[in-house]
Amino acid sequence: MAFKANNIRVRVQVEDFNVADEQALLCESNTNIGAVVQFTGVVRGDENGLTGIELEHYPGMTQAVLEQLALEATQRWSLQAVTLIHRVGWLAVGQQIVLVAVAASHRAAAFAAAEYLMDFLKTQAPFWKKEVFGNGESQWVVAKASDQDRLERW
Amino acid sequence: MIKVMFFARVRDLAGCSAVEIELPMEGATVADVRRHLMGLNEAMSKALAADDISAALNQQQCDSSQVVASGDEVAFFPPVTGG
Repeated sequence: MAFKANNIRVRVQVEDFNVADEQALLCESNTNIGAVVQFTGVVRGDENGLTGIELEHYPGMTQAVLEQLALEATQRWSLQAVTLIHRVGWLAVGQQIVLVAVAASHRAAAFAAAEYLMDFLKTQAPFWKKEVFGNGESQWVVAKASDQDRLERW
Repeated sequence: MIKVMFFARVRDLAGCSAVEIELPMEGATVADVRRHLMGLNEAMSKALAADDISAALNQQQCDSSQVVASGDEVAFFPPVTGG
């Protein structure tokens, strides 16, 4: 069965998301699905009094980059459905940031595609995090070379 | 005219999120636009100095050699840190 473009869902939003609801939507009326892999990124606390992050993006560009990544994943693996959700704005420690959900007939494709999507999202999609601390200070997060290195696996 | 947008650290240093400028010259590249902006004032010069800055042309990531036309939207930003 050819992959249907309407099985790709991409959302950039301020609101939180519910992983169970997203999984239900991902799998809705598709009996070819045998595996679902979901990754959720969460704002991690630290020892320096981090209270949360301010997440900025390039509105005109973000949606298109994420849709392109999802499309590439569907061309590379045999997938049934993909959902990418990325939040923006103020996110306190412990809150959800990003969801990558992949449905496939078999688990190998779902695992691989989910990891591929996260690796590329982190290095290609125009989002920037600013850490905000309890003492009022803030600083932009610096991109990690290790994130760039991970792309070489693909 | 072209619109130039700045994000994250670059915006903070530039002191604004966007400017509209005349195309510096016919056939100007993204690198030419960047150089032109850096000549405008101290803040722009600092904001666009770092080697790690990426650019987008009309909302698509681009090389600095890409040619800019009147009406285009150019953006400069640091390495992305989403996810």
